[in-house]
Amino acid sequence: MKVAVCVKQIPDPADPGELDIETKTLKRDVKLILDESDSYGVEMALQLVGEDGEVVLVSMVPNNERNGLNNALAMGADSAVLVSDDALAGTDALGTAKVLAAAIRRIEPDLVLAATESSDGYTGTVPEQIAELLELPSVTFAKEVSIADGSVSVKRQTEEGYDEVSCPLPALVSVTAGVVEPRYPSFKGIMAAKSKPVEELTISDLGIDSSQVGWSGGGQEIVSIEPAPEREAGEVIEDEGDGHERIIAFLEELKVI
Amino acid sequence: MGTIWVHAETQDGQVSSITLELLAKARELGDVVAVHAGNDAEAAAAELGAHGASRVLSAGDLDGGLVGPALASAMAGVVDSEAPSAILFGTTYGGRDVAGRLSVKLDAPVITNVVDLIDDGGLVGVEPVFGGTTNVRTRFTSDKPGIFLVRPKSFTAESIDGGPAEVSEIPIPDLGNSGAAKITSQFVEESDGPKLDEAAIVVSGGRGLGEAEKFHLVEDLAAKLGGAAGASRAIVDAGWVPYSYQVGQTGKVVKPDVYIAAGISGATQHMVGMKGSKTIIAINKDPEAPIFSIADLGIIGDVHKVLPALLEALEG
Ligand SMILES: Cc1cc2nc3c(=O)[nH]c(=O)nc-3n(C[C@H](O)[C@H](O)[C@H](O)COP(=O)(O)OP(=O)(O)OC[C@H]3O[C@@H](n4cnc5c(N)ncnc54)[C@H](O)[C@@H]3O)c2cc1C
Ligand SMILES: Nc1ncnc2c1ncn2[C@@H]1O[C@H](COP(=O)(O)O)[C@@H](O)[C@H]1O
Repeated sequence: MKVAVCVKQIPDPADPGELDIETKTLKRDVKLILDESDSYGVEMALQLVGEDGEVVLVSMVPNNERNGLNNALAMGADSAVLVSDDALAGTDALGTAKVLAAAIRRIEPDLVLAATESSDGYTGTVPEQIAELLELPSVTFAKEVSIADGSVSVKRQTEEGYDEVSCPLPALVSVTAGVVEPRYPSFKGIMAAKSKPVEELTISDLGIDSSQVGWSGGGQEIVSIEPAPEREAGEVIEDEGDGHERIIAFLEELKVI
Repeated sequence: MGTIWVHAETQDGQVSSITLELLAKARELGDVVAVHAGNDAEAAAAELGAHGASRVLSAGDLDGGLVGPALASAMAGVVDSEAPSAILFGTTYGGRDVAGRLSVKLDAPVITNVVDLIDDGGLVGVEPVFGGTTNVRTRFTSDKPGIFLVRPKSFTAESIDGGPAEVSEIPIPDLGNSGAAKITSQFVEESDGPKLDEAAIVVSGGRGLGEAEKFHLVEDLAAKLGGAAGASRAIVDAGWVPYSYQVGQTGKVVKPDVYIAAGISGATQHMVGMKGSKTIIAINKDPEAPIFSIADLGIIGDVHKVLPALLEALEG
């Protein structure tokens, strides 16, 4: 069994960079890391394929960045496909999905895994767009995944609880945080990652025209960027055994009790 | 602005609150048509009409299939003849799937995480970034229908006593392989009291509670105030409470009259889900906790002292 896992490399959320108001682009000269959301997909894939399967990572960046990929390889993935091209800067979700779908098509996986949403873009549409482009069935928002007899069974999060969904392979599944507990790479894993194959591709290798990606390919544009109205802080007091009384007085003032 | 499509989500004929919110905004913008999948279109037609939809285009029963591929195909099939100028989806499990599939079918982008829509010749979406500190306004540059994914609680639902919407069927084309996923069973997680995203009072707990066994303090207080209990992601990931409790960027957006945060630091991803609350009370032992910067009343103190004292006082 072969599983392709989408892994996004993102600026560290603790240090997210900033939007350049002039050029309306995200300034991010910082080193990219593996999106924590995707570490769940990597772990899920490793557990599903077991000993004799194959886990192939797929990542798209504008700048050759491999740091996040290395982390996922160190967790135990077998190889990676890195689509890297200057033309990809500013690519929106649909353009991203087109590029990733083209890369995944070459891998011919039995299962494609992604996270329900990335930590920096959080559009949450890329996985379903990939599925549609590849004409695959999909199950999003998985909180439990198992595979048997050529089909995948998923507990899918719903507003009311969850649905059990069954889907024949090949298919795409997007996983929520908490689906499995991601492992930390071992020292051995980190060393082994250095010699694992990473195939680097440009968009023309994938037969994609630069007019479909980047800032202009998206069919949308930023009109303005402005600070959101701020919420004022109120009164902050130290609890000296009377904290609960202050809360009660406050709730009474609001007439909720 | 011409015709606005609104993805209508229903449960046994009852229209979801996010759908009603979208209808309220859509009718400010143009003629409203609800687009729907499920076997309860007739049952929902009165409520959809009362909130401003003149028509319902329903793809009908999905026979256990997931809504994404089926409704996206049905919508794509009539988009030319119906010519909507914009298509609004709620950011829900189903809404995201349909929007994603439809965007590929129409080769049109989606503007996501929208909290407001502005008619400025074309429709402009407002999206908060960096934990809600900055707003970005985005518009479409092509003449394809604009697909928007709108966050819950962005608009206020309001009935205008419109007559029932007129229901017509739209066919679901053959989905081939894309429609192969089937729901085999459904589970409802029972909870007492009001729903988290509808409650007038929400009491949420975070890692400051120390251990899972202490979450009952939060639940007891919520019950006592007739509200709902919520949680930070830290304790959802730790398995203390189910995901359905999570408030924030990747959880629920809540806008209650009163939000009480107990032992929650106030990470931007948490605040984005609750800073629209009318009033906020925070209890945290760290005077530097970011949550205090948006609290109307902040108590620097230990949740293990303040919450039991509060419960006892409310008892009396
Ligand atoms: C992509 C992404 C999405 C995310 N989405 C969400 C989301 O939807 N919702 C969400 O909540 N988080 C989300 N997070 C996680 C978020 O960044 C924080 O990690 C999380 O909110 C922290 O939860 P917490 O406040 O309970 O824990 P902590 O940050 O550990 O804070 C615990 C607080 O409790 C206080 N405390 C400790 N002991 C006591 C005591 N005895 N009495 C009183 N106070 C005490 C501490 O001072 C501290 O402020 C997301 C993160 C990422 C990267
Ligand atoms: N540039 C990318 N490279 C690899 N995977 C991606 C990329 N962008 C998005 N994805 C995948 O799609 C998921 C959802 O992303 P998004 O739709 O941006 O929230 C991510 O968590 C990844 O699994």
